[in-house]
Amino acid sequence: MSLIRLEPRGQASKAMVYATPLLAVALTLLSGFILFLLLGFDPVKALHAFFIDPVSSKRGIGELIVKATPLVLCAVGLAIGFRANVWNIGAEGQLTMGAIAGGGLALAFYGEGGWWLLPLMVIGGAAGGMAWAAIPAYLRIRFNASEILTSLMLTYVALLALNYLVHGPYRDPDGFAFPESRLFEADAVMPILWSGTRVHLGTAFALFAVAAGWVLIARTFIGFQIKVIGLTPAAAGYAGFDQKRIIWLSLLLSGGLAGIAGMGEIAGPIGQITPSVSPGYGFTAIIVAFLGRLHPVGILLAALLMALSFIGGEAAQIAMGLPKAITGVFQGMLLFFLLACDVLIRYRVRIGARRAVA
Amino acid sequence: MHRAWAGDPLLTRGIPPAYLCPEVARLWHCPEGFTFLDPSSLDSHAKSHASDAPPPRLELRGITKRFPGCLANDHVDLVLQPGEIHALLGENGAGKSTLVKMIYGVLHPDSGTLLWQGRETVVPDPAGARRLGIGMVFQHFSLFDTLTVAENIALGLDGPGPMDALSQRIRTVSERYGLALDPERHVFHLSVGERQRVEIVRCLLQDPKLLIMDEPTSVLTPQEASKLFETLRRLAAEGCTILYISHKLEEIRALCGRATVLRGGKVVGACDPRLETARGLAELMIGTELSTPERPPAGESGAARLVVKHLSTTSDNPFATSLKDVGFEVRAGEILGIAGVAGNGQAELMAALSGEALVADPASVVIEGVSSGHLGPRARRELGLAFVPEERLGRGAVPELSLSENALLSGYAREPLVRGGLVHFGRARAYAETIIKGFNVVAHGHKAEARSLSGGNLQKFIIGREILQRPKLLVVGQPTWGVDAGAAAAIHKALIGLARSGAAVLVISQDLDELFVLSDRISVLFHGRLSDSRPTHETSVERIGLLMGGLFATPPDEDGEIVRAL
Repeated sequence: MSLIRLEPRGQASKAMVYATPLLAVALTLLSGFILFLLLGFDPVKALHAFFIDPVSSKRGIGELIVKATPLVLCAVGLAIGFRANVWNIGAEGQLTMGAIAGGGLALAFYGEGGWWLLPLMVIGGAAGGMAWAAIPAYLRIRFNASEILTSLMLTYVALLALNYLVHGPYRDPDGFAFPESRLFEADAVMPILWSGTRVHLGTAFALFAVAAGWVLIARTFIGFQIKVIGLTPAAAGYAGFDQKRIIWLSLLLSGGLAGIAGMGEIAGPIGQITPSVSPGYGFTAIIVAFLGRLHPVGILLAALLMALSFIGGEAAQIAMGLPKAITGVFQGMLLFFLLACDVLIRYRVRIGARRAVA
Repeated sequence: MHRAWAGDPLLTRGIPPAYLCPEVARLWHCPEGFTFLDPSSLDSHAKSHASDAPPPRLELRGITKRFPGCLANDHVDLVLQPGEIHALLGENGAGKSTLVKMIYGVLHPDSGTLLWQGRETVVPDPAGARRLGIGMVFQHFSLFDTLTVAENIALGLDGPGPMDALSQRIRTVSERYGLALDPERHVFHLSVGERQRVEIVRCLLQDPKLLIMDEPTSVLTPQEASKLFETLRRLAAEGCTILYISHKLEEIRALCGRATVLRGGKVVGACDPRLETARGLAELMIGTELSTPERPPAGESGAARLVVKHLSTTSDNPFATSLKDVGFEVRAGEILGIAGVAGNGQAELMAALSGEALVADPASVVIEGVSSGHLGPRARRELGLAFVPEERLGRGAVPELSLSENALLSGYAREPLVRGGLVHFGRARAYAETIIKGFNVVAHGHKAEARSLSGGNLQKFIIGREILQRPKLLVVGQPTWGVDAGAAAAIHKALIGLARSGAAVLVISQDLDELFVLSDRISVLFHGRLSDSRPTHETSVERIGLLMGGLFATPPDEDGEIVRAL
């Protein structure tokens, strides 16, 4: 019998389930305050530099949105799969494949583009991501291979493929052998939605994905099947829900959305194909999906928060000379407090031996 | 060597701490071997003939246990004398299992006193309970299929000693109490009755003064059950106290000398069951008059709704029972009952009928004239099949979802709950409300989570959900397993009503009493084979019981040894 035990509570209150992310943020800020104090920085100034300064200009808010866009696109797709116990953790690879396919079209039609080129690139990007996600789906259904392993390993294949292409066929012929493609022509670039910032059409796609994801989860029969399969696979079998179909659907959907995110990066803020298309959006999206409680609206908020920790970390490095690791520290604290709050909502801590009966 | 494997962390990890008990070690240091007669119980027997009465074996005073949202035990008093067989009666949710779990140290009372042989005692955990001399045979066994009987028993003991000696002791005990058991056999060879014997012998090796049996006969054939009763009577005669929990009232009348009845967590009465009728006991349990369903004679039997021909299955799972050339038909308006001890192919038959497992030959399952062996559950539902699985929570219902979502779970196929790919939540809610009203489901409305319902109420909900789809064919597994008398009567009534309104009903159950109440014809499933059906009024519990033990007209094949073992 251990000295510290966790006892399940009867039922977690609904209000607390929604309040925990806020509580976790508050605790993170408090810990950050203490941390800065111990490091000898003015905590108020440091937190201001980290969380307020980056979003106190129009440009800053724009950057926040630009960074959140691919996170939202990837995380919405992943969350739908996670709800059905389909663990696609290769969104980074699917994003890269979307960039390769969408960007390849831009280069193939370089100089002869028209209004049709960008829609074609969106379709191509989605198709690239889907094709990459279809491999783990097929392996899971045909050979019962864990999609966790296959999708993760395919990520590295995709990254190496991108590396090969930018050093070879995609390389700018006039680029002095730099491993970069040509800059895309105007027809192949995402239109800017908010002038003065880099917010592009991809953000509209992300918002649409949030709305469509919500409808799918909350309103459709497919969403209900996903829920049942995720909670109780035996009941889904009893009801006659086709698990294979749901595996295909959730992997293709998340792959397609990740592909669009990758295509949006190269046709948006980057404007060409470079060896690194994403700073790990596909992996961060896994955190975003869970931080957002696998709910599309929650994901939207969580993506903004994670994007803020990225650009806040950069800003704090520049403004106050804080170490680079500060971004990781804040992301880690946030996750730690979220998980701790989750546990404490469902369980209460009992200290000491079990109470003997009088 | 034995110590090496018994202490192997890989092997012991799966064992609940309940079975790790150090106190047995002392038995092995006893120079003259040991006896299973507890000297103190003999003393108390002797004393009981003397003038001053001995203290009771166990006395509970004002035991109270509260769970979030419910008072499971409310000032329960219970006195168990040495050498008596005492029945604990009550509906589901009356607090029986909470009470015995507190006696066995799994749970701890919030208040109240427990006196063990006259001394106030706290039972800290199951190991402590066994140290006192309390043994318990649970309804669900915890045995490793791939190990032998002796190995399984050794895993449950802390100091099992040399295996040869242990096997010898197992033989001694099993002969002494008429529990035929070969210590060298692997558990997966054993019938359910034999597995139960392993659990009982494991308890007996620990020299119990009080043995708690939780619904021991629910998995036994009538013949196996009467053998068990002989063993229990013998144990009681030697001074062991037996606390016996069962829903089967006839059994309690035959076996027990005293009964304590719980209702809503309180003791509502105590009686001598031999002087009561089964009906009287049931009414004491539920607190109102019991209405037994009447089965009007079947009318002209209609068209064959389900025809099964030459159905054989194979499985990758070595412990599954393959069906061998099973054939039967169910006609409109009748109820066919399939009896059999669990593990004789019921799960495989249910899966083959529901469509969760597809069969090789599509023509071996014909629903409404359509060869369905290759159709999935959804297509079969569209043909008119409704289905109630054996596991209510986790197959028939999703524990975390609300009742209206659970109404949608199977209701989507035949009710207009989905339109254009979108769920019509209003209709799902209304459908759930209809089920709740029509079948008297006690629940906090359609929003209640399925897991918050008691077993009987959830079963009423699931059966209601299937019946209200107006199926042409209903397949039900264990309709009232672990369901209290009131709910069971309601479920039986609904099933008979459905059949008389023209549907074909197939009931697969281990409960013979239930099958004799419901069925027009009865077949028996044994080792994957199905006997010919007999009209219920032309057969008897004894005959069906013999078939359940494998005495078919056809000579048994490689499974003959099981017949011998009975």
